[in-house]
Amino acid sequence: MQRVSVAALAGAYPAWAIRLGWSIASLVGFIVLWEVLADIIQHRHLPGPFTVLQAMGHELSSGLLAYHIAVTLARVAVSFVVAMAIGASIGIALGRHKGADRFFDSWLILFLNLPALVIIILCYVWFGRTEVAAITAVAINKIPNVAVTVREGARSLSRDLEEMAEVYRLGRWRTLRHVTLPQLAPFFLAAARTGLSLVWKIVLVVELLGRSEGVGFQLGTYFQLFDVSMILAYALAFILVVQVIELAILQPIAARVNRWRR
Amino acid sequence: MAPVADDLVIRIVRKIFPAVANREAQPVLSDIELRVEPRSFVVLTGPSGVGKTTLLNIVAGLDRDFEGSIQFAHTDARVAYIFQTPRLLPWRTVEENIALVLPEGDPRHALIPELLERVGLTGAASQYPERLSLGMQRRAALARGFVLEPDILLMDEPFVSLDDPTAQGLRELLIGLWNKRPTTVLFVTHDRTEAVMLATRILRLSGASATIVQDEAVQLSPSERTDREKVLAEQQRIFHDT
Repeated sequence: MQRVSVAALAGAYPAWAIRLGWSIASLVGFIVLWEVLADIIQHRHLPGPFTVLQAMGHELSSGLLAYHIAVTLARVAVSFVVAMAIGASIGIALGRHKGADRFFDSWLILFLNLPALVIIILCYVWFGRTEVAAITAVAINKIPNVAVTVREGARSLSRDLEEMAEVYRLGRWRTLRHVTLPQLAPFFLAAARTGLSLVWKIVLVVELLGRSEGVGFQLGTYFQLFDVSMILAYALAFILVVQVIELAILQPIAARVNRWRR
Repeated sequence: MAPVADDLVIRIVRKIFPAVANREAQPVLSDIELRVEPRSFVVLTGPSGVGKTTLLNIVAGLDRDFEGSIQFAHTDARVAYIFQTPRLLPWRTVEENIALVLPEGDPRHALIPELLERVGLTGAASQYPERLSLGMQRRAALARGFVLEPDILLMDEPFVSLDDPTAQGLRELLIGLWNKRPTTVLFVTHDRTEAVMLATRILRLSGASATIVQDEAVQLSPSERTDREKVLAEQQRIFHDT
């Protein structure tokens, strides 16, 4: 039997090609396992990958998939921006002012541990099943996370650079832009990345409970019909979209923000 | 005596570090009365921890918690501060770091290329500071200070932790920049040779609540400052040491 050593392979191909190869192999392995299991179990509650793909194609051609994903993405975008803006402001304020931090710290912990579902239900009860209530619920779930992450950044701001900015009279706006924000950028980025995955999961729940369009609503509908292939089709489509956002938007931003590092 | 309008006048009656958790309040500086003539190069020396940096921070306006007053020649006097560490923004290139201290559209932006050339950083203008050696970062910090065309230039041991030839090169660079555009300099160091080489006037701080114990004019011509023997002799005269 002939054996090919990994080292020999590594020498022949560039690192990214090997990484890509492994990714494809692992993905193919997953699909094969899924297909085999579906074949053995032979139940309509576990459709194989091709059935799911067919369902996805059906929803795609009817335009429903694109519509519901677009609606959900819009909600993700709005609540993400709102949560980042408010959370970052709170984080910076608490990081800079010790007194405020001491007072509001327990509030933060309270909100961090408040179950997402409770916030969603309360928002719908208090503000009605409206778009604003939905966005608010998602944002409130995310704000404490952003605040805690950005607070760490604000605490570690360099006093040295602040003094430099003061002596050279950079002024408020230029200090913020050139001195403060670049120091906070890695913390924003960390909050954004964990934030995106959290926000889109919560948006689905919000849609399931109180909206009549969006991926979450569709999942609810197909759940009542026990149509597992459709549920998987929507889930898969959404995972793909979020991956594209990560690769096409977040990673290039991260590379740009970190380009000065050695 | 009528005050000369152009002098920088430093009066520090008392400067105390306030008490913190497990340490009592600590007097740092007291009874300092100092009149600095325009375009003089004043070196402050004294043992480490005596309060030299504190004095610079007070003049820079970074430390306002003291009894006394700082009077500049005119109210909008420009102050540049070259710190012990370069304090460049790591996320901005060398050129951006220098340009940042000038308001947008300021005519002094035109000085940047020439300054970069004088400090030998033309080729590194678009580099990020952390990719440069410490010596190069310090040269960038020098350029940032000079581009401001400051009325007062504060320098806090700017050449510390460099090897001798590099530090010497930077000293000569500083003398060159200063000769080209003389400005009032307050320079802190505990290196006595460096003090004699650079200063037109040397002040020695000493004591638990430090005050000026010696105020001496350096009697060297510009050419004598590069002469090792002459510098050493002057150092002996001022500090009574070898």
